[in-house]
Parts: sequence; structure tokens; C-alpha cells
Amino acid sequence: MRLVTHNMMRSNVKDVSEDEGYPLIIEASEVKSEECEFNADVIRRLVPKMDYKALRDAAEKVDPESALPDELPDDVVDEALLRKLHHVLLEIHVVEGDLVCPKTGRRFQITNGIPNMLLHEDEL
Amino acid sequence: MLSAACALLGASRVIGVDVDADALAVASRNLDQVDHVDLVRADVSSLPLRDNSFDTCVMNPPFGTRRKGIDVDFLRAALRLSTTAVYSLHKSSTRDYLLSRAVSLGAAGGARLVAQLRFDVPKLYDFHTRPEVDIDVDLLRFDVDASCHAAPARPLPDATPRRRGARAGGRRGRRTG
Repeated sequence: MRLVTHNMMRSNVKDVSEDEGYPLIIEASEVKSEECEFNADVIRRLVPKMDYKALRDAAEKVDPESALPDELPDDVVDEALLRKLHHVLLEIHVVEGDLVCPKTGRRFQITNGIPNMLLHEDEL
Repeated sequence: MLSAACALLGASRVIGVDVDADALAVASRNLDQVDHVDLVRADVSSLPLRDNSFDTCVMNPPFGTRRKGIDVDFLRAALRLSTTAVYSLHKSSTRDYLLSRAVSLGAAGGARLVAQLRFDVPKLYDFHTRPEVDIDVDLLRFDVDASCHAAPARPLPDATPRRRGARAGGRRGRRTG
């Protein structure tokens, strides 16, 4: 699971609103980094669609050395910063761990990079 | 496969969603060589995704033969997630119904027929009674936004080449972003 995906995800626990259930807390036990081709335009277009605070907090948790700035300019043009964002959004993978609902503490396991967000029958 | 196709055609990020662990395992292997795709295991009735997080959704939902109305549930969910368009495969026999309901499901710009296909579906599940059956299938496009309104449906030449429809009638769907 990349952080770009985590940024789109919310808790689906019953009676938890979108605001209450976002962002999911990441508790990673295995993280890997895999290079992929950098495209500045893609990152520039992607970044405004992200919740930056959630991204920054998640990055700090799974890749403490990522060192993203506290705030972003409205339009990111600096290549060094774009490359940092590219790395954090697309190259870091949470392979094993849990996503945790911030309201209820309900844990969802991530196995082989895939979060299992299925609720049990008694939770529906 | 839909996730791979979206990524290969230039989607900058793709999330593939399925309820079935085996389907996800196969997808994971297929996606080994493809960048930009993440997979999530989830059920359409409780999707863990924020509304309006995606430009486009591409999906092959269950046809609603077994669980009535599930095709409509998938459409409603996909339209909530998307800001621009939903491309979805449905039995041709449901075409008039879906086109007439498009706006009420969340497609302010309406819907139109993009292509008609024919699936050869082999016996895949216990509830399938015949060894093989042909199904006429529509690829529909739903426009989320009223400003990109769909052109009226126009008659298309009869179906494209036959396709082994391993996914038809299954519980599967894919989402893209």
C-alpha cells in the first residue's frame, strides 16, 4: 500500500463519519522502498488532490527520513521537492502492518501490501 | 486486469478493489510488472474510500443474476467515488433501465452506451446451470458531472469479437483513480 492510496482511504466502520474516520492510522511492521519513474507533471497534478497534512503525518511514521516541509506552496515547482513528494507518494510501500480506525481503534490488517478492509458480519 | 489496463494507458494512480482474496492474489501477480496500482480488499457495501477521490471508475460488477440489485449498488458506490466518469459493464437486457436511472444514481450528466460486447461465460459457479452461455454485455459510460453531459445513445454495429468472460457474473469490480 502506497501513501497515495492511504490518503484516499477512510475507516468504513459503521457509524463512523468520513471526518471521524480519516485518516486511518498506519502501524507498519514492514515497509519497503521501490523506485519508479519520476514524472514532475504527474506529481504536480497529484499533490493538490491529496490531503497534505495526512500525507506528511503518514510519511513521518513510515519513513522518518522523508522530511517533508510543514506546508506546501499552492503550486509546487521546485524539482527537489517534487522528487521528495514522488518518493513519499509512490515509492514507499507498507507491506505488513495495520490500519487503525482513529475513532474506534478497529484494526485492519495489511498483508503483502493489501489492506483487508472487510468488516465482520456482526459489524455490519 | 482492468487495473492493469488503466495503469498501462496512463492513469497516474490506480486502486483495484475486490472482495475476493483469490482474485486479489492473481491480480497481485499480474501487477508485478505494472507501476502505480495498489490493491485493497473491500466490499462494495462498505467501501473504505473517500467520496470524490477519483477521476474515473472502471468496473465489471456482478450482473445481479444472483444478488438482485447488486449491479445498481456498484454503480451508486462508483458514482460517489468519482468526479468525472464511471465505465461499467452490464447485461444488455438492463440497458434501458440503467440509462433511465442514471441521474437518480448520481450521474448528473446521464449515461450512454459506449460498446456492446458478447461474453462466453463457462460454468464458473455452482449456481450456473449450463456448461456455457453467451451473454450480451454493454459497456456504459456514466457522466458524474452535468457539464459533461452524455451524447444520446446511438445504435452501434453488432457486437465486437467474442470474449471469454471469466469475470461475468462474478463478485468482482475494479476501481481506478
